[in-house]
Amino acid sequence: MPLLNLNLKVWRQDNADSEGRIESYEAKEIPTSASFLEMIDIVNDRLIKDNKEPIHFDHDCREGICGMCSMTINGVPHSKEQGITTCQLHMRKFSDGETIWIEPFRANAFPVVKDLVTDRSSFDRIIQAGGYISARTGSAPDAHATPVPKADADAAFDAAACIGCGACVAACKNASAMLFVSAKASHLNHLPQGQVEKDSRTLAMVRQMDEEGFGNCTNQFECEAVCPKEISAEHIAKLNRDYLAATARETVS
Amino acid sequence: MSASTCSLCAFAKSSIGRKLIVALTGLALVLFLAGHLSGNLLIFAGRDAFNEYAHFLHTFLHGMGVWIARIGLLACFALHLVFTVLLTKENKAARTAYAREATVQAPKSSLIMIWSGLTILAFVVYHILHFTIRIDSELAELGKNDPWEMVILGFQDSIVVLFYIIAMTLLCSHLSHGVASIFQTLGLRTKKTASAIKFVSQAYAIIIYVGFLSIPIAIKLFGYGCDK
Repeated sequence: MPLLNLNLKVWRQDNADSEGRIESYEAKEIPTSASFLEMIDIVNDRLIKDNKEPIHFDHDCREGICGMCSMTINGVPHSKEQGITTCQLHMRKFSDGETIWIEPFRANAFPVVKDLVTDRSSFDRIIQAGGYISARTGSAPDAHATPVPKADADAAFDAAACIGCGACVAACKNASAMLFVSAKASHLNHLPQGQVEKDSRTLAMVRQMDEEGFGNCTNQFECEAVCPKEISAEHIAKLNRDYLAATARETVS
Repeated sequence: MSASTCSLCAFAKSSIGRKLIVALTGLALVLFLAGHLSGNLLIFAGRDAFNEYAHFLHTFLHGMGVWIARIGLLACFALHLVFTVLLTKENKAARTAYAREATVQAPKSSLIMIWSGLTILAFVVYHILHFTIRIDSELAELGKNDPWEMVILGFQDSIVVLFYIIAMTLLCSHLSHGVASIFQTLGLRTKKTASAIKFVSQAYAIIIYVGFLSIPIAIKLFGYGCDK
């Protein structure tokens, strides 16, 4: 199996309050079949054996569905490969002798906890503000009890694919959370079950987003380009539309 | 009443609300450019046609028309400027830079909007001093009786023409991202219309660019209107 020798430039930061810095590491004899996270596991094993602090990073399912891994690789969140998370990136995409820059997702609303680990609970607070429907609990309703037009079901499903990883924010020059917020709002705003709270949801989620200190969208669609679930920026247009309508209705009533 | 005032306040403070103000004022300015260009191109229809058009602008609604347009445009320009500067400052403050920066698909024009915009601001100030207030006394004299001759004379200086070319280039860049952004911010862009909107935006920017530049270039390089 071919092996790679790589130069890593990794962001190291002791805690949220300390100054971070880029440190260089040599990653020798990395198998091309390893995933990117496995490559860091190998580097960390060696660091631990040398009695050095391993590189801290977020990960969980390692199959591209949890949204936990969060690295910016050579300036692009989840790397320049399209439609994948960092855990699904394989070392065969790199060449021998390459220098790889690895940094945390950068946004003031995502403070660094340690090294590559960021605190993305600002997303949770946006969901708490309105990313839900209020429904009576109990046994599940029949699947066909509420008819949903095919086009709406598809649009809602596309939006619901968002795993909340935060790559959209990290890719944005302005650290705007519009793609995340629009996907989460659009998912419910497309469905009949989401209509009752549509206006209050849209207003509350946008207000929470602004409060968290995310920047403003400048329509460059870098978010769309890096999204591992390839969520379209057309959801942002829908959020703009829904927000405008919700404000108008709130003003009149 | 207080509730409704408050929701509008919240709107004007929100990221989407402020962007909508930028989009609507931008739309007004984009439409103004089309009108301004079609009027200006009358320069090629000859001295009489152009002077008649200038006379019409200044006497429309007993001379009120031109002032209504000026005040409206000034308001749009000021709002557009204030809100974009505010938003840009916020955006710069929203994150620290990567040690290794990269972009995937953002066009260059979208990355320099604030700089192309500020150049346009400097240009508009100069343009108004040049052809509206007419700081040059020779142009001021002509402006009253023969605006056509004023334009021909105003574009004799190479430095002036060069500045017009630079400003129009940046205006073209600003429009190619700006026009498409209006559709997105107003919520009119979808996957189906995305490529059409991109085309319209770039085509509009090029029409404005070629149209406006045709005048100083025809005068300075090809000597249009210079033979007496």
